[in-house]
Amino acid sequence: MLHTVNKSPTERNALESCLKHLTKGCAVLLIEDGVYGALKGTVSTKMVEQALKHHPIYALYPDLEARGMQDRVIDGIKLVDYSGFVDLAVEYPSVQSWL
Amino acid sequence: MTEVTGGIEMEEDTSGKIKKFLYINRKAPYGTIYALESLEVVLIAAAFDQDVSLAFLDDGVYQIIKGQQTRTIDVKNFSPTYRALEGYDIEKLYVEKESMEARGLKEEDFVVPVKVINAKEMADLMQSQDVVLSF
Repeated sequence: MLHTVNKSPTERNALESCLKHLTKGCAVLLIEDGVYGALKGTVSTKMVEQALKHHPIYALYPDLEARGMQDRVIDGIKLVDYSGFVDLAVEYPSVQSWL
Repeated sequence: MTEVTGGIEMEEDTSGKIKKFLYINRKAPYGTIYALESLEVVLIAAAFDQDVSLAFLDDGVYQIIKGQQTRTIDVKNFSPTYRALEGYDIEKLYVEKESMEARGLKEEDFVVPVKVINAKEMADLMQSQDVVLSF
């Protein structure tokens, strides 16, 4: 399953809850304010790095760039554009949105 | 002294006392409309010659980050507008230290000069205002 998160981890607990509910084979895509969860040096970095050991994590590049955060992404998080977003949605049998 | 009739001041003195206004920004830009709305209200209020301060705390510190490029999400990048506030005599911009550090940010990451203060100082700043507007 592909999980998308669109809220900042310092505004809501959507990312934290999402990461807690991942099962084998799941991936996470961070979009909109969710991209703040992809950043180095924040209070949620450790939690995300831990999840990265078991699950691929993606972040939508246009949303990172809009927020001026494109150079602060945790190593190992893969950046995708809109067509990459579509590819992920097609690749996984289902999508769950964490709002 | 003006007459007060039925709760309505008949001859309001428009020159009035200058009040202290604090605009509190706690939301990241773009994900919601709060940041842009706050900026719009600040610019409108600037026309009334009041004592204006802006506070950025929690995710609000993301509003004034350098290097925002919004072309690919098709919305207006309003971050350069914060640099124009100086022209409206709005020069008191405060960032909460704890919020900045929790997000791995530094003072030089911001598009405008700010005063970094801790949560206690922020609380005192809030307490010292006549009017507080939250976004």
